[in-house]
Amino acid sequence: MIDKQVHNFDAALAGLGDGATIMVSGFGAAGAPHDLMDAVLERGWRDLIIISNNAGDGERGLARLMQERRIKKVICSFPTSSNSEIVKELYSAGAIELEIVPQGTLSERIRAAGAGIGGFYTRTSVGTPIAEGKEKRTIDGVDYVFEAPLHADFAFVKGKLADRWGNLTYNKSARNFGPSMAMAGKITVAQVDRIVPLGDIDPEQVVTPGVFVDRVVEIAGRLK
Amino acid sequence: MEKLTRPQIAWRIAQDIPEGAYVNLGIGAPELVANYLPTDREIVIHSENGILGMGPTPAEGEEDPDLINAGKRPVTLLPGGSYFHHTDSFAMIRGGHIDLCVLGAFQVAQNGDLANWATLDNTRPPGVGGAMDLAVGAKKVIVMTDHCTRDGQPKLLDVCTYPLTGLGVVNRVYTDLAVIDVEDKRFMVREILAGLSRDDLQAQTGAPLTFAKDCADLTAAI
Repeated sequence: MIDKQVHNFDAALAGLGDGATIMVSGFGAAGAPHDLMDAVLERGWRDLIIISNNAGDGERGLARLMQERRIKKVICSFPTSSNSEIVKELYSAGAIELEIVPQGTLSERIRAAGAGIGGFYTRTSVGTPIAEGKEKRTIDGVDYVFEAPLHADFAFVKGKLADRWGNLTYNKSARNFGPSMAMAGKITVAQVDRIVPLGDIDPEQVVTPGVFVDRVVEIAGRLK
Repeated sequence: MEKLTRPQIAWRIAQDIPEGAYVNLGIGAPELVANYLPTDREIVIHSENGILGMGPTPAEGEEDPDLINAGKRPVTLLPGGSYFHHTDSFAMIRGGHIDLCVLGAFQVAQNGDLANWATLDNTRPPGVGGAMDLAVGAKKVIVMTDHCTRDGQPKLLDVCTYPLTGLGVVNRVYTDLAVIDVEDKRFMVREILAGLSRDDLQAQTGAPLTFAKDCADLTAAI
């Protein structure tokens, strides 16, 4: 029987450790798997490389990990929001490395990793500092920049519903990076509001098919 | 003669958005454009975090933390709206499916180069978000900006000095003083603030201006 449900964070995070590369879904707080990030914090791992659209928003999740100096590098499109003081502090002190990737390129690089694509050419960033040092190619008279896939040891995503096969649904704009990241993680862990019996999710409503998901953990109350 | 306020610039931009357009509004001042869209036109607002058919700010108490815009503020969904994931959202942008975007700018050059994501201040983390994707992907790129910086420096220049967002991408600029097209690598003034002289406008611009034969007065009805 296939059962991807895990019932505690030790099982959800098995195999993770210092120096791991982790994709973290979310756009601002919407779709951010804060509970998984809190569990990473509690376990003391350091030198993490994070792939996420933002670099810590508010005081939970990534922002907490940054506060505790656990993160070596963030690959993101837009590190700061109105309430992301910690990344500004660390950056001006030279205490964190940021790789800025245009948002569409970030998402497509993640998808490429998940889809087994060795990279792609995009018009985005042509002629800008982001294109420096990257291969250029002119195709049918249009200039493109080559972008490589972005792989990760773990992908953390936040869904609404899951079943034991790992099928996922999302809620509104909290879907954002979840489906692409779920494809790209060597191990994909989904934190969801509710796990339902197999067959309860209308197959037409499944957004991430279970083949992309390795572990699902229901966040109802506080797990240890 | 008063300069246009931000809401007035937003109003002016909104008047030019055609029926049926799929439109992306950048973070910050461009978000105001949504407040002034003519109600007799169906215009679909795209938000890069996965929304088509974005509606207005919800009533107090009706906010949903899972339904936010690119500026991370609560929004609503209109009938006919849809949700999708980020890679599809940027396929809409990069694949040329979005008719028009409105972006802010630090600088615009007369050849249409846009600088709006990083300054020369290395102590602040830069953030590009979706600006580079919109700059190359939207069919039409509109810039909404004050004509000059807070300390009076022109933002419309012969050459951008800040890091670029896109090369030759800007089609039209709406400022508090003028509506200006980028045409054949020069600034073509379509509208000038009523009561402002052409010399005054030129003095506040860092590149030569050409005035359209039918150059009109820039006014706002709000």
